[in-house]
Amino acid sequence: MIMRGDVAVIGVGMTKFDEHWNKQLRDLFVEAALEALDDARVSLKDVKAMFVGNMGSGMWVEQEHLGSLLADYLGISGVPSLKVESACASSGMAFRLGLMSVTAGLHDVVLVGGVEKMSDVTTSESTHHLATAADREWEAFYGMTFPGLFALIARRHMKQYGTTREQLAKVAVKNHKHGSYNPKAQYQRAISIEDVLNSPLVADPLRLLDSSPISDGAAAVIIARSDIARRFTDTPVYVLGSGAATDAIALHDRDDITTLRSVVLAAKEAYNMAKVEPEDVNLAEVHDCFTIAEILAYEDLGFARKGEGGKLIDEGVTELGGKIPVNPSGGLKAKGHPVGATGVAQVVEVTLQLRNEAGKRQVSNAEIGLTHNIGGSGASCIVHILGRGRR
Amino acid sequence: MSDMSVPKTPRIWQLAERRYRLIGSKCLKCGRVFVGSRKVCPQCGSRELEDVELSRKGKIYSYTVIRASPMEREKYGPYIMAIVELDDGCKLTTEIVDCSPEEIDIGTEVEATFRKIGEESKSGVIYYACKFRPVAKGV
Ligand SMILES: [Zn+2]
Repeated sequence: MIMRGDVAVIGVGMTKFDEHWNKQLRDLFVEAALEALDDARVSLKDVKAMFVGNMGSGMWVEQEHLGSLLADYLGISGVPSLKVESACASSGMAFRLGLMSVTAGLHDVVLVGGVEKMSDVTTSESTHHLATAADREWEAFYGMTFPGLFALIARRHMKQYGTTREQLAKVAVKNHKHGSYNPKAQYQRAISIEDVLNSPLVADPLRLLDSSPISDGAAAVIIARSDIARRFTDTPVYVLGSGAATDAIALHDRDDITTLRSVVLAAKEAYNMAKVEPEDVNLAEVHDCFTIAEILAYEDLGFARKGEGGKLIDEGVTELGGKIPVNPSGGLKAKGHPVGATGVAQVVEVTLQLRNEAGKRQVSNAEIGLTHNIGGSGASCIVHILGRGRR
Repeated sequence: MSDMSVPKTPRIWQLAERRYRLIGSKCLKCGRVFVGSRKVCPQCGSRELEDVELSRKGKIYSYTVIRASPMEREKYGPYIMAIVELDDGCKLTTEIVDCSPEEIDIGTEVEATFRKIGEESKSGVIYYACKFRPVAKGV
C-alpha cells in the first residue's frame, strides 16, 4: 500500500495536560504547535497545510471555524486548514488526513494538531457535551452518559469473561505510576488499588479513579514526505501503518458490546499496511478513557485473546519493563484527556519513545509503537503504527 | 450555560410518537428489529423496512447506576440505566425504574412503562417516553 513508510513525523510538541484556567484554547494550540515546529526545525513558511482535531469547541467555548482561527493565531494564515471531528478520536483522524494529504502529493510538510478546552464549564455540562458523541436521540436523551456506556461494557465483560474489579483497578494503578514519570501529565502521583476501589462510584461498577479526567491541552506534530524528512531532522519516525473504521453509533445496536469492532477493523488495516504482527509491537499508547477500555484494547488489538485482557494486567505484561508496555505516558487516565488532543498526543509519546527521548519512562529498545484512539463508545477508531526505521 | 444545548421543542415532536408508542423499524429481509427509524438495514443492506411496535417486554442485557449526572439531570439523583434486549430481539437503552439496583441483574425481566423523561425549562414543554420496570414476581 502506498502509505507505508512514505510519511515521517519530524517534530512533536504538546502542552502540559491540566486544568489551564488562565489559558484560552488558541493559546494552548499555539504553544503546542510552536514546540513541534521548533522540534522539527521547520519554519512557519514551510508549513503547507494544517489539520486540527477537536471534538466540541462549539459547545465548550462557543468557538467554531478552528482551522482558520488557529492558522491565523499561529501566523500561517493563507494555508488550507481544517478542523476534523470524530469525537474523542478527532485528532487521530486529523493525523490520518494529514498523512493522506502528503501521500496524495498535495503538500510536503503538514502540521497536525489537536486541542480541547474543557474546564471552562461545570462537570455536569462537560458530561452533557461528551454524551453528544453517543446517539443523542436513543441514548443520551434517556439519560445515558459516557461513564455509563463504558460501565455497561464493563459489567458485560465481567459477566462473560470473569474480569474482576481488581483487574480494572490495576489498569489505573499502572497508568498513574507511568504518569508519575511524565512531566506533562495532569496527574504525576502513584495511586494504590485501594485508592481506586475506595473512590466514589461514577457509574457502577466504574469509579472516579477508573475514569480519565476532564482536561485542557493541545498536542501537535509536523509530518513530511519521508524523502525530505532528513532535511529537517536527524531522527525521523516513520508512519508504517494507518487504519480507521466505524461501528454503530449506539452501543445497543451492536451484537456484542465486549468487542469494539471498529478497533478490530482499524487494527487489521494498520497491521496489514505496516506488515507487522501484534507480537512485533514494542509499546502502545491506547485509549484508556475508562479502565475497561484498556482491557478491551488489549484484546481487540491482538495483545491478548478475547476475554483474557485481565490476565495481561495481572501478569504485568503491560507495565514499563514488561513485554509490551502500554501507556508509558500515563495514558488518558493520568496524562489527562483533552478529548480532541488525545490522538495526536499519543503520536507525540510514541515518537519520543522511538527517538529514545522519553526520559524516566523510556521503553528500552523500542523499534515499533502503536497508537489506538477511539471515538465515543467505539463508534470510531484510528490505529497508527510507527517505526524507528522505514522498513 | 444557557438552554442552548437542551433539546428544542420541534425535535421532541419529531420522535414523540415513536417514543410514546415504542415504534421501531423491522427489516423485511433479515428480520432484525431496531429502535428508531431506519431507511436502510445496517445488517443486510436491505431498503425494505417497516415500522413495527416493539415488544414491551424483555430482559436486562447490561446495566449501571448513573451517579455523575449530565446537566439536565443534575437535581435528579442517581438513576439506573440499562440496555434491554426485548423479546423481539431489539436492544434499546432505557432507564430502569420502580426498583433499587440490588433488585436487578443481567437477565432480570422488565416491561415498558410510560414516564416523564424531562422538561425543556420550568415553563417549557415536558417530554415523555418509555422507561422499563421489573416484571412483578408471583401471580
Ligand atoms: Zn436486514
